[in-house]
Amino acid sequence: MPPTTTSTRTRGAPQRLGDRVFSGASTGAGVLILVILAGVAAFLVAEAWPALWADSSEIPGGDGIILYIWPVLFGTLLSAFFALVIATPLAVAIALFITHYAPRRIASLLGYLIDLLAAVPSIIFGLWGAFELAPMTVEPTRWLEDNLGFIPLFDGPASPTGRTMLVATIVLAVMILPIATAVIREAFLQTPRLHEEASLALGATRWEMIRMAVLPFGRSSIIGGLMLGLGRALGETMAVAIVLSASRDVVSFNLISSENPSTIAANIALSFPEASGLDVNTLIASGLVLFAVTLLVNMGARAVINRRRDFSGAN
Amino acid sequence: MAKRIEVKGLDIYYDKFLAVQGVSMTIEPRSVTALIGPSGCGKSTFLRTLNRMHELVPKARVEGKVLMDNQDLYGANVDPVGVRRHIGMVFQRPNPFPTMSIYDNVAAGLKLNNKRMKRKDLDDLVERSLRSANLWEEVKDRLNRPGSGLSGGQQQRLCIARAIAVAPDVLLMDEPCSALDPISTQAIEDLITELKEQYTIVIVTHNMQQAQRISDTTGFFNLQAIGEPGGLVELDTTTKIFTNPANSDTERYVSGRFG
Repeated sequence: MPPTTTSTRTRGAPQRLGDRVFSGASTGAGVLILVILAGVAAFLVAEAWPALWADSSEIPGGDGIILYIWPVLFGTLLSAFFALVIATPLAVAIALFITHYAPRRIASLLGYLIDLLAAVPSIIFGLWGAFELAPMTVEPTRWLEDNLGFIPLFDGPASPTGRTMLVATIVLAVMILPIATAVIREAFLQTPRLHEEASLALGATRWEMIRMAVLPFGRSSIIGGLMLGLGRALGETMAVAIVLSASRDVVSFNLISSENPSTIAANIALSFPEASGLDVNTLIASGLVLFAVTLLVNMGARAVINRRRDFSGAN
Repeated sequence: MAKRIEVKGLDIYYDKFLAVQGVSMTIEPRSVTALIGPSGCGKSTFLRTLNRMHELVPKARVEGKVLMDNQDLYGANVDPVGVRRHIGMVFQRPNPFPTMSIYDNVAAGLKLNNKRMKRKDLDDLVERSLRSANLWEEVKDRLNRPGSGLSGGQQQRLCIARAIAVAPDVLLMDEPCSALDPISTQAIEDLITELKEQYTIVIVTHNMQQAQRISDTTGFFNLQAIGEPGGLVELDTTTKIFTNPANSDTERYVSGRFG
């Protein structure tokens, strides 16, 4: 059969069927993501609505929606923040080791292991944190309380079970490490050889070359990788729910006591089975807050990346 | 500042592959030495052994001697980082650091060498380097803009300013004009002619007119066949190489009758 001609068209450039199908499919996929996002947002707002306008005494705890959500929001931000504090230097260091220091064979093995770590289900990390890591931290946290107790983070009293905010943040840090490392490693690998040679030819040592060429080039990817990790840390449910011994209405920077704020996701998971009526709406309202925080974090990260676009090397 | 380089019986290897064999030559200070020859003959490889950039390739190594004012650059206790601080390099494609401003690009090498420098002194040195690179007038109003916003020719002059800011003894240039238009090329060539008053300059070029215009000495590199090592065929004054070379291969190459 001869190919169909498009020469009969009079307006616009001729379009092939394959092009139209593909552009339609990709446009559809793009629109779909917006529809899903809008759908999720609409669901959250609709379900949270009754709780937002309810009398404060009807909300669990009896102090109103804001005071209900604030401690879990605080716990969410606290755990995610310290997870990021722990994971950031590790992720950058591992990525640098893989890309610039390790012999090739060790580098690829290590990269493979890191990717494997990303595939471990979060409940496994939770079990490991609760039954392995937590008991191990009991002695060190006592030491922290005795010697560094003047720092609010280690105010104590140290938890006898070890199921503390500290352990939760460490578990979260381990969980976000693979994705952050993978993104940062890719960026470091793409540092142009030209820029590395430029600094080496000036007489830079390897570390100076990394600071002059590799880190600045990878800067936006470092932020991007960490934000992906932060997104996971903010939303992580099972690991935190298993590890953390949480109490209601705690707002404290104390990382090592047995009185810990819960996180939004863990609180929803733990409270949902027994929730009914307005309790459900309240939990969904806290979910709406988490949704908004995650969006804000992402927008903030993009703003940081864009602010130095001129210097990004993309022009 | 400018120093003489003597190369004695230099063999250059990539792992087991002998890429360049038996180069011996003297590079005079305060002059421009051009290296010409067909692609793949080892000119750039040779150039990169002069500041020990060659050994950045895994398993690359050299045998033989490279002496700068009688000090062996490949001596047992010589730090390659130190060698590169004394021998600057300009690359084929302009490579200013994209994440740094024009000012910081020029100051980059200075900050490596001398971390505590007064702001005023640094400003002066940056200005002097940019003036030496004939770039000051064009960029003095936008020193804190990214260097990647300049044109290709300006970027290459920025790279030259960056290289000379650390006051090297020798300046190596690996086809510095091959990515530039004729006007920018002219600007770089004028600059090279000015810079040879102070520096020892070695330039690899594919452009034989360029070698004739700017160099005092020319070395012709060639290789016998693909897979065979390349080597220095002939080194003489530029006039001699281009008018009356001793070797017939050189003559065929410079007269354009080369396969």
